[in-house]
Amino acid sequence: MNKMSDTPDNTLPEGQDAGDTSGRRRFLAGAGAACASAALISVLGPAVAKDGPSGSFPTADFDWEKHNWGYGIDANKCIGCLRCVDACKNENGVAKDANHFRTWVERYVYLEGAKRPLIDSQSHPDNIAVSAPNASRFDDRYKNEKVEKAFFVPKMCNHCENPSCVQVCPTGATFKTKDGAVLVDKEYCIGCQYCVQACPYGARYFNEIERRADKCTWCYHRISKGMNPACVEICPVGARVFGDMNDKNSPISQFLKDNRVLSLKPEMGNRPTCYYIGIDKEVS
Amino acid sequence: MEAVHAAAEAIYHVTPYTGYVYPNETVVPWSILIVIYPYLTGLVAGAFTVSSLFHVFGIERFRPVARFALIAALCFMVVVPVTLLSHLGHPERAFNAMITPHTTSAMAIFGYVAGFYVILLMLEIWFMFREDIVYNAQNDRSWKRPIYRLMTLGSYEINDKTRHYDHKWLLTLAIIGIPASHGLHGYVGFVFGSLKSRDWWSSDLMPAIFLFSAIVSGVSVLIILYMIVSLVRRVKIDEDCIKGMVLALWGFLMFTVLLEGVEFFALMYRAREGIDIIREYKSGPLFWRFAIMQIGIGAVLPVIIMSLMVYFKTSGRKLMVGAFICAALVLTSVIFMRYNVVIGGQEISKTMKGLLSYEVPFFGQEGWMAAIILLSTPLVFMYVLTRFFNPWIESAKSHAEALAHAK
Repeated sequence: MNKMSDTPDNTLPEGQDAGDTSGRRRFLAGAGAACASAALISVLGPAVAKDGPSGSFPTADFDWEKHNWGYGIDANKCIGCLRCVDACKNENGVAKDANHFRTWVERYVYLEGAKRPLIDSQSHPDNIAVSAPNASRFDDRYKNEKVEKAFFVPKMCNHCENPSCVQVCPTGATFKTKDGAVLVDKEYCIGCQYCVQACPYGARYFNEIERRADKCTWCYHRISKGMNPACVEICPVGARVFGDMNDKNSPISQFLKDNRVLSLKPEMGNRPTCYYIGIDKEVS
Repeated sequence: MEAVHAAAEAIYHVTPYTGYVYPNETVVPWSILIVIYPYLTGLVAGAFTVSSLFHVFGIERFRPVARFALIAALCFMVVVPVTLLSHLGHPERAFNAMITPHTTSAMAIFGYVAGFYVILLMLEIWFMFREDIVYNAQNDRSWKRPIYRLMTLGSYEINDKTRHYDHKWLLTLAIIGIPASHGLHGYVGFVFGSLKSRDWWSSDLMPAIFLFSAIVSGVSVLIILYMIVSLVRRVKIDEDCIKGMVLALWGFLMFTVLLEGVEFFALMYRAREGIDIIREYKSGPLFWRFAIMQIGIGAVLPVIIMSLMVYFKTSGRKLMVGAFICAALVLTSVIFMRYNVVIGGQEISKTMKGLLSYEVPFFGQEGWMAAIILLSTPLVFMYVLTRFFNPWIESAKSHAEALAHAK
């Protein structure tokens, strides 16, 4: 509990307030203003509705219609240092326990002669045991084994084009921004957790402190100011790539041009906008 | 880290697992409250079915329980939203789903469907008991009289014309109620069946399975309540009525077992990705919950007992005992079914490479105690409501006259 409450800020980053600009909020703002000022009712309603992302948006010069974010993960490069996991928790005030993650890293190990890999993530109790609060680690349980093949796969919200979580949300509290991120309006979420159930990737969790659904935002508060998400920023090997797919010179555009990419669980029809290279058939 | 875990455990329940599961899956999102939610709506749909078999389909042998069935349906129904509200992270925001319903969400429609159905049930009960309300408003000498007077809504007129009018409304509401109650419960099945993220839920048969298991649970709860109330009231149990309900239970139960069997075997036989983990689950923790309790003892055994009862034309005391046992077994089966669907689905990891083993705590918001309280509340409501509306007599007036005559 101590650890959970002494995170720098348990409220969501300001970027999450992008929800303010969603259609519903605009409608309500418009309706409220119209009621207050009956004389302006015919003018104000549509005027507010047309007002677009500026107005209440936290970053004045950011226009979400001009961007189309994408995320690339090169599993060949990942060394499983888990700095991304810790950076994410620090940046976003995620509970520092083994059960709440906006991003995590999976370790796949094929022992000699084995048909299936052994899989664990940093949240495995043995890995927790060798970790410090702000320095997650994978243990060395395979050091005496004969390992044939091993690799790490970072996981996170796939910010799908057809997100199941957005489809099932009964209130519209979770929504897709015009620049491609899937966010949660923390003031509007009723905490039913239908989205947590619907996500095929296990990317969502229930935030017990705020009693609502929570997930990766691609550090929306950072990307809308021209910065990288914390996980991308900290990755020492460049396994995580982020950028604007509208910009041909962005890292993600280069990544997509240079590689034949895969997405996780394509059979779900969610069309993720997190693209992978270097993963194995056993990764799902 | 140990301290963090210990403290965190105080707010949420961490579920142990085997194999590989996504880290976030270790906190199971839907627990026992979501198990009793479909259980209660099922009882509603089933009780309403029995009432409709009399009011709409005109099956005379259901007359003794037809009026009570509606009251039972209402009492179960009003607790349904309470189970959901108790589960929400922000119950005070629940109306967000009704103010700004998200049209693509299967869950968004719940408030409207449930609200509509509660109003329909209340109206139907009012029309059914209108003559009694008017009679009591004029003749009752107790503290209840002002309440009866209020419930007349100012209309004291009772004659052939009003009777015809009341009956017409009763029939109309009962007819609308059939798709409404079955839609409500089929919809609950859809909430699970439409999720592609879990193979255990993702099935086109889910709404149908929910619906038929609902009907059998509703018939069973009426058999049990009717018998217990009759014993308490020291009146003779209508044998023909029990026989009718046993036949209905028998028929619907066979179909339910068939649907559940088809769904399960199709899942096993298709053997898609992740089948290994489903096989492991089926022969592990699920074995006694599904094969033994839900299907074996809870469904197949009562089908056999009732088949024998039907074949041997069992009657009298044996019929009563048999019906009671079968009804109790079916109610047990259905709660196991709800548990196996809701909790079962979450125990099979979305990775399809691991299993979680959730255990319902006793105390707390998502504990057994909360579930037991919520499941008992409808019985309290039924007790109170039947003080005002006596469903066991044809009409308050004839009952009073018969009593006066007896004196």
